[in-house]
Amino acid sequence: MRILETESVSRVFGGVVAVNKVDFHVEQGLVNGLIGPNGAGKTTLFNQITGMDHPTSGRIIFDGKDITRLPAWKISRLGIARTFQNIRLYNDLTVIENVMMGLHFKVGSDPFKGRFVQAVKSYFNAGKENRELYSKALEWLEFFELAPLKDEFARNLPYGNQRELEIARAMASEPKVLFLDEPAAGMNPSETAHLMYIISRIRELGVTVVLIEHDMKLVMNVCDNITVLSFGQKIAEGTPDEIKSDPLVIEAYLGREEE
Amino acid sequence: MTTLIQYLQYLVNGITLGSIYALIALGYTMVYGILKFINFAHGDILMVGAYTGLLTYTALLGESTNPVWMLTAFFIAMLVSMAFCAALGMFIERVAYKPLRNASRLAPLLSAIGVSFILSNGAAWIFGAQSRRFPYPFDNTPIVIAGLSITPHQILTVTVSVIMMVVLTLFVNKSRMGKAMRATSIDQATSELMGIDVNKIISMTFAIGSALAAVGGILSSFDFRVYASMGTMTGLKAFVAAVIGGIGNIQGAMLGGLILGVLESIGAPLLGIPSALRDTIAFAALIIILLVKPDGILGKNEREKV
Repeated sequence: MRILETESVSRVFGGVVAVNKVDFHVEQGLVNGLIGPNGAGKTTLFNQITGMDHPTSGRIIFDGKDITRLPAWKISRLGIARTFQNIRLYNDLTVIENVMMGLHFKVGSDPFKGRFVQAVKSYFNAGKENRELYSKALEWLEFFELAPLKDEFARNLPYGNQRELEIARAMASEPKVLFLDEPAAGMNPSETAHLMYIISRIRELGVTVVLIEHDMKLVMNVCDNITVLSFGQKIAEGTPDEIKSDPLVIEAYLGREEE
Repeated sequence: MTTLIQYLQYLVNGITLGSIYALIALGYTMVYGILKFINFAHGDILMVGAYTGLLTYTALLGESTNPVWMLTAFFIAMLVSMAFCAALGMFIERVAYKPLRNASRLAPLLSAIGVSFILSNGAAWIFGAQSRRFPYPFDNTPIVIAGLSITPHQILTVTVSVIMMVVLTLFVNKSRMGKAMRATSIDQATSELMGIDVNKIISMTFAIGSALAAVGGILSSFDFRVYASMGTMTGLKAFVAAVIGGIGNIQGAMLGGLILGVLESIGAPLLGIPSALRDTIAFAALIIILLVKPDGILGKNEREKV
């Protein structure tokens, strides 16, 4: 089942067509890869979907709803979480506080529209609510094997752990779809191996994953299907094996052989 | 002995003045905390608050001299003024600042100065240039305790300010919306990804800050009267208070306001400065704090790896 679909989405910056009429679809419960050479428009497409930016034309359908023009915070509430190529954590909060932030405003909850009585109740139960959030956050940290670091400031974590924390925070908001933008960038092989393990465990939880990645070993190992972009256009989609042998993909990555 | 009592008297007066500065400083500091921008129109909001309060109060009161109704009318007028200023603050943000959010940092600052002129000149145009007296809604005969004279106005000012500050602190620290507000002040872009409607938070911040300024404006107008440019100096001093306390820090604004009020009240007689020059104390304090501890007394000291 397709949980998310873009219909002919384009994004033009001045004269540059960063994303050109792309039909991208995400299968529910699977790990969906999005690959392509640098500048292919992968992150731009992510930004369109997650509401950080809006398409020049085309539509984005998530879970049967048109989310094309919704602001980022609304899309996040609907159940789309993401991480970034350049990590975005609350640097001056501790590890566990970061995860608690993810829990606080999790999918479906609305700190503004809550029924009044409930709001008042939660106000007086703030202490209890905080303890619940804390233990829930701790569970997520244990899932990601970050629990021993819970009281460190986010900025002081090693790079690989920061990436994992960003994913943990995204997962804490209980998203339906998790977008990972180059999670393995800058990781050493053992960190990448651990990431691979994490992604497979997220998949086991039933969360749909969309993955932008340059590490082909990672992509080919964890992805169920792959879409390839090049110069803003979709040039191929299929299983990892199909993609590996697709002549257009090989050409996009390696260039055409001189005749 | 008499001098001790005199200084205690200055202290009481300073705390009264300081709690008004604190109320107004909160608006500067909250907006700065979230947008990293000094809202120079904030001082004029307090003027609008004072006029709204005065007009509502006189309209409600009519010819009545019933003391209970006078006090009730005063509090109703204060609530009306808070609501009006909250709406005005949100409107100004939407019209004058929001379109400039991605512009250079100077642009919203200039826009704020423009809004400030529009408000103060608009008020001068509508209400005329002469100042008006805000009548006390009660008999303001001082109560004398052990040589210290405390006016009901001072009691009212300190009580109302303390209540406002306690409510605000609880709101910011305990409510979900307050948490969203704090999260937004730490990192706006990330907070949006956490599902926080940043625009709404910014609107709320302006609404709360402006409502507090309205209260500050009304409370200060008993001493300073109501006139179109009344916000300029008081606003500036509240801004100084916010900087002294550590701009962006809510407790800092409260503390800074009190410190500035007391300094102004005690400083002039202590240093033998003619009271006409007592405004210089606030700005001297600003210069000193900027030299000694530019982050302010409670300013964020960067948490770093030891």
